[in-house]
Amino acid sequence: MPLVRGGKIIDDPFVYLADDAPIPADGAILVSGARLLQEAENLFAASRKVGVIWSNNRELAELVPYLDRLAAIALIFPTFRDGRAYTQARLLRERYHYRGELRATGQVLRDQFVFMLRAGFDTFAVRKESDAEAFADTIKRYSVFYQPTGDGRITALHRRMQLRNFEGARQ
Amino acid sequence: MYAYDEIDRTLVNERVAEFRDQVERRLSGELTEDEFKMLRLQNGVYLQLHAYMFRVAIPYGTLSSRQLRKLAHVARTYDRGYGHFTTRQNVQFNWIKLKDLPDALADLAEVGIHAMQTSGNNMRNVTSDQWAGVAPGEVEDPRIWSELLRQHTTLHPEFSFLPRKFKIAITASAHDRAAIKIHDIGLRLHKNDKGENGFEVLVGGGLGRTPFIAKTIKPFVHGRDILSYVEAILRVYNQYGRRDNIYKARIKILVHELGIEKFAGEVEDEWRQMRDGALNLDDEVIEDIRSRFSYPHYEKLPHMPEELRKAAHDPAFEAWRKNSTFAHKIQGYSIVTVSLKPVGGPPGDATADQMDALADLADRYSFGEIRVGHEQNLALPHVARRDLPALWRALDRIGFATPNVNLITDIIACPGLDYCSLANARSIPIAQELTRRFANHELANLIGRLHINISGCINACGHHHVGHIGILGVEKNDEEFYQVSIGGRADEDAELGQLIGPAVKFEEVADVVEDIVEAYLALRAAPDELFIDTVERLGVEPFRERVYATR
Repeated sequence: MPLVRGGKIIDDPFVYLADDAPIPADGAILVSGARLLQEAENLFAASRKVGVIWSNNRELAELVPYLDRLAAIALIFPTFRDGRAYTQARLLRERYHYRGELRATGQVLRDQFVFMLRAGFDTFAVRKESDAEAFADTIKRYSVFYQPTGDGRITALHRRMQLRNFEGARQ
Repeated sequence: MYAYDEIDRTLVNERVAEFRDQVERRLSGELTEDEFKMLRLQNGVYLQLHAYMFRVAIPYGTLSSRQLRKLAHVARTYDRGYGHFTTRQNVQFNWIKLKDLPDALADLAEVGIHAMQTSGNNMRNVTSDQWAGVAPGEVEDPRIWSELLRQHTTLHPEFSFLPRKFKIAITASAHDRAAIKIHDIGLRLHKNDKGENGFEVLVGGGLGRTPFIAKTIKPFVHGRDILSYVEAILRVYNQYGRRDNIYKARIKILVHELGIEKFAGEVEDEWRQMRDGALNLDDEVIEDIRSRFSYPHYEKLPHMPEELRKAAHDPAFEAWRKNSTFAHKIQGYSIVTVSLKPVGGPPGDATADQMDALADLADRYSFGEIRVGHEQNLALPHVARRDLPALWRALDRIGFATPNVNLITDIIACPGLDYCSLANARSIPIAQELTRRFANHELANLIGRLHINISGCINACGHHHVGHIGILGVEKNDEEFYQVSIGGRADEDAELGQLIGPAVKFEEVADVVEDIVEAYLALRAAPDELFIDTVERLGVEPFRERVYATR
């Protein structure tokens, strides 16, 4: 499954660690939410990068205490029709100011890339090779956005005001 | 009218280009039907019994003559020469081909019309009062707020994959013509004691398998806070709405299961954390949207012009005028409802030729503006009263002057088993038979205001729960049966109808309605007691007795 970050296909720096597997001496690891809550101190002990896979029906409040130590959070789209992780992503970015990697996993398809970027995802475990290759083109589909989200893209409402003020200044 | 600017146009064009790419990928097999389904639904494309059905949005029910001509063009070029107006200010084309859809969308985009989010589990077309901006006594033109919400809900990055569909309706009049109490969110514009505009917010209304009338979640939300408050409701729903069972996924079930107080508390907690954020609307932004609605330059005209006085001698004109024309906020003007309910015809249909002709009449008599209402009729919102006789003759020539607005033959019906893959029974032939039974205008007039709503299945697209008489098609042993209820209403006093007894066969439905009407005529306290008021006074029982006494 190709991983896309910064518009390019990259190698996954994280290795998934099963709940019963011993913690390796080094290397970036991705663990389940349950394991993070159970042995956070062990996981964070060495100076390795730790990421967590957080399911879409688990309260974010449980995760918040660890945000400044986490290198990655992988949210899950069990099917592309289940949009709960969009809310989790926005809350992590906009309310809790999480700045680490935010990874979309599960049924991640081309036609949701723009929504995911706008919600705050920056890394995508893409289901299909062809979708991963089309990433850079796909995210150029839209240049107009109506809603203010944490991605900082200017909204149509505010672009209009800018245009109006600019025209006003020229007159 | 609201004028799209370059920014709005760019977005619609970008959407068309995206959909063209998606259709190509489907036709080439790159996308599976399962993957494509949600993408086409988000662009208003259903797969029905015989063909694809294409649903186009008419935001808050306002159309320009140019836009109506473009709908006629789509009907003629890509469909079979007609369109069907629905109960949510949409128009549907029933025979469109998948390969033609991107072109049809591109044609519509030329006039700023689109099909974004007319189906799928997202925020649907924001609807409003079809008399917005012209109704006497309204607080403010609700379309300013509808437009703000339309923009905010379009391609929303957080709420495009909700548990289920989500519908918002707005009214600004004491009499609710937008049926806000049967919407996921209903907004009633009113003033607080400081004279500021804001909304009573209702939540959790809806029909379908488990009907609920919406409950008030907050009596007053200031206009500047409306986007953040709606966002807070959606956020709670997106996280906690049920996704395990499609029939329990609407917000009405969440509100019901949590209870309105607990649900309101969740929303309030969420709202408190975001109300002062980027969604707060400053006056400048609201004013910008307001400034892009233009209104006609009305003339100073008398209330009772000579033309109207003369025409009053013609009983056919008077019959039409009395139930098709309504008070306008400007003296000398009327709002004219255009009946799409001819005797023997399918409710809500219009041919391409009729649409073109009505667009011409709108240019001549209504400042180029047409409205679409949830009752599946059209309206001309700014007709000078002196022009009413000429307009009536012109409407009559194109089959649009049936004098039955708000009468028993002004029936709301879904497409039913004639088109729809979800239906259990036919709706249109029931409506057609009823319009023939009550074709006599004297009789219909004697009965007075009476709304019949027909749905071909439990999904309730014909809003049968809130019909004064509601008819629901069901299937029993491969046969069509119909349940009949009475006492429902969709206005500010919204109520769900009550079943009168066991379901009856297709052939018996019109007889049952006749029996109900006869019972009403015998039971009403006075000729001006409406059917709905008689039912409220007496309950279902006397009607049940009358209908089932001989069955």
